[in-house]
Amino acid sequence: MHDFLIAFLGGLMLGISVVGYLYVHGRIAGISGLIGQVLNPQTVFKTPAIWFLSGLIITPFIYGLFIQPEIELNASPLMMIVAGLLVGFGTRLGSGCTSGHGICGMSRLSKRSIFATITFMFAGFITVYLVRHVTGAF
Amino acid sequence: MKNILAFVFGALFSVGLMVSGMSNPEKVLDFLDLFGDWDASLAFVMMGAIAVAFIPFQKAVRSPAPKTVFNEPIDLPLNQKIDPKLISGSLLFGIGWGIAGVCPAPSFTLIGLGHYQILYFIIAMFVGVLIHRKLAGA
Repeated sequence: MHDFLIAFLGGLMLGISVVGYLYVHGRIAGISGLIGQVLNPQTVFKTPAIWFLSGLIITPFIYGLFIQPEIELNASPLMMIVAGLLVGFGTRLGSGCTSGHGICGMSRLSKRSIFATITFMFAGFITVYLVRHVTGAF
Repeated sequence: MKNILAFVFGALFSVGLMVSGMSNPEKVLDFLDLFGDWDASLAFVMMGAIAVAFIPFQKAVRSPAPKTVFNEPIDLPLNQKIDPKLISGSLLFGIGWGIAGVCPAPSFTLIGLGHYQILYFIIAMFVGVLIHRKLAGA
């Protein structure tokens, strides 16, 4: 199957998941938001976030027993630490990530989320340009 | 019941990430490499997700008091302001995303698949979330 079609099919599954979470749990399935809830002792057992995140971790373990998806993770430990700090801090400051702003917010036609998505895509494009083509780290 | 459904939605989300290629950091970086050998396929992930989510989310947004299937209120973000927090947070997130090719959801999928070096990223991401909370004074 063509890459574009497979990507689209995967996207359909993400869409069903966030719609399910909205209409069953009444909340936006933004993964950075769920992480924030799980890391807060006051909310960890009050929201279904921990269950969603458990599904997100355990399912690939089972899936991987049958199909190993192609994974290439080349970032050094130091790069992963810097990236993780920026992603954790940035998504909380900006109130969302690829799922909350990108999928849910764009589907709501939220001005804030459309703006946020354009901003983080732009920052991602520039960063990859600098890392791959200017500093030549890879 | 609702917790099990949250687990199922998390499971479906992770399968969507693995099928689409979003869980492969190098593929994400190829997608963000707009000025290099651009791999456009991941744009179709967002299209697929929004294709499913658009009408149900619009229905919720346009309803005066949207309800879940359990007849509980749906909690939608009300903030419409594009402020410096949204912009700077999204910029920092985009930089982090462009460094490692990992956003919050795929980081969990990668542990499930046994790529344990992603723990550098995840622990740093948690630290980033907690630093934000400390600075925000919440």
